[in-house]
Amino acid sequence: MSVISEVLRSAKAVISGMKTTISQIPKEKWTVQYPDVPVTVQPRYRGQHLLHVDEMGKEKCVACYLCAAACPSDCIYIEAEDDPRPYEDRIGRDERYAKVYNIDYGRCIFCGYCVEACPKDAITHGYNFELSVYNRADLLKTKDDLLITKQKQSDKYRVALSSEDVDSEFKEV
Amino acid sequence: MMDESLDSQMTISMGPQHPSTHGVLRLELVLDGEVVVKAKPDIGYLHTGMEKLFEYKKYQQGIVITDRMDYLNPLGNNLAYVMAAEKLLQIEIPPRAQIIRVLMCELQRIASHMVWLGTHALDIGAMSPFFFCFRQREKILNLIEAASGGRMTPSYFRIGGLMMDLPAGFERRVKQFLEDFPAAMDQFETLVSGNTIWQSRTKEIGYISKEDAIDWGLTGPCLRGSGVELDLRRHNPYTGYETYDFEIPVENDGDVWARFRVRMRELYESAKIVRQALERLKPGPTKADAPKVVLPDRDDMRKHMDSLIHHFLIVAEGFNVPEGEVYMPIEASKGELGVYMKSNGGPKPERVHFRGPSFVNLSALPDMSEGELIADVVAIIGSLDIVLGEIDR
Repeated sequence: MSVISEVLRSAKAVISGMKTTISQIPKEKWTVQYPDVPVTVQPRYRGQHLLHVDEMGKEKCVACYLCAAACPSDCIYIEAEDDPRPYEDRIGRDERYAKVYNIDYGRCIFCGYCVEACPKDAITHGYNFELSVYNRADLLKTKDDLLITKQKQSDKYRVALSSEDVDSEFKEV
Repeated sequence: MMDESLDSQMTISMGPQHPSTHGVLRLELVLDGEVVVKAKPDIGYLHTGMEKLFEYKKYQQGIVITDRMDYLNPLGNNLAYVMAAEKLLQIEIPPRAQIIRVLMCELQRIASHMVWLGTHALDIGAMSPFFFCFRQREKILNLIEAASGGRMTPSYFRIGGLMMDLPAGFERRVKQFLEDFPAAMDQFETLVSGNTIWQSRTKEIGYISKEDAIDWGLTGPCLRGSGVELDLRRHNPYTGYETYDFEIPVENDGDVWARFRVRMRELYESAKIVRQALERLKPGPTKADAPKVVLPDRDDMRKHMDSLIHHFLIVAEGFNVPEGEVYMPIEASKGELGVYMKSNGGPKPERVHFRGPSFVNLSALPDMSEGELIADVVAIIGSLDIVLGEIDR
């Protein structure tokens, strides 16, 4: 008798559980078909860094080494150089600029301390998150990879507006 | 000469790649048939030398390391670390920052318990709660990402306040989450708590008595599941927890079911605290008035020379913390997370030690599982809610 009642109670539990599970099928989906559908990231999301330029295309970085000093994982390498030419011919906005600016993405932990430290707003976090490479050496990104004029942005993300309710975004997918 | 009784015994290794050990935990189980005679946790597979690393990092740089300890509750770790440093520096935190800290910590507690519930159910064989739990967690991770930019490594709390103020529309989104949350909890109660199979898998399993729980040094839901009412949010309040109205769930049975009930009831209490914190949120500064420790506002830094100098000094050289040692315990999602910090007056700590709740709670596993069936060991591990990142550090 007790075995039968046990079986009955278990069957009831399974049925009520399945009912809840099946009732989810027609409801909103929270998963995103990622490579086909872009992922929504928040405005403050910390992705691959961007080195910024001013309106004339001159690099904002003055090679003050503050980002390298702030970095907890010591992944930023800078070589500074003076450029006494007039503004029109210069590479940087100021007379001092970073000849070499490397970020080792094998070490970077995306903490945002370099962005916080930069007094010239020369470095920010972009939204690129597809950083995997086949060769370990390719993780070292140079100025050619990081400059906002040269970095290729992926089409696999979209940035939410700061006031937007991103949670509802998934409901339409 | 082998003892005759040992002939029927068998030693097996559970883990370190076992899916239900929640990370790289290895259990050395001595079995007599299906009964566990002896269980020995073998830890250290995830050791990363974090405590030593703190000694080479400036105080503010240490925050990012704490994210990676208990990776399900990073904001709790941040809070313990920054509060230890603030205790040494004797900085007053403005009320808005305190309220946001409480708000974020309780959201993180819900997220952490969601992972616990999902994986605990998955271990015992209930598959669907896992997905529903992760959906709720996703909502919270989106909120944390909106505030800090990181999902699992937020580093949102800084020594002397917060990284940034909350983004626009954040309060509305938290309210939306709180509105949807009770329905989700009802779902879990139907799927998990109300399920007879679940109850028979968890009741009277992994028993630990009140005295043993105290002797093993258990904290958090594991201790409260054995009938001891100890919650540091109430009994050693920090960041203004004494002003919030919440209950401390206590169950007396001391088994897996009791620990499960404590955590389930804690979820409701956390949601209650989040709601209260939202009501209290008033505009105001989020950083303490300590120009030598806290980074100045960015606008200030661009316009004023003295702010720029402070900015350079804090980032490049760090700030000196007065000599002394403190112990700062908080109630993390898994129990008492304590930070012991010793300063020698310089910009880097001399020693930082963490009292991880998972580590202490795991030590009671042999006591709980000896004499139980091997299938129940999985349930017991799940009920302890361990995170190996914190155990090995």
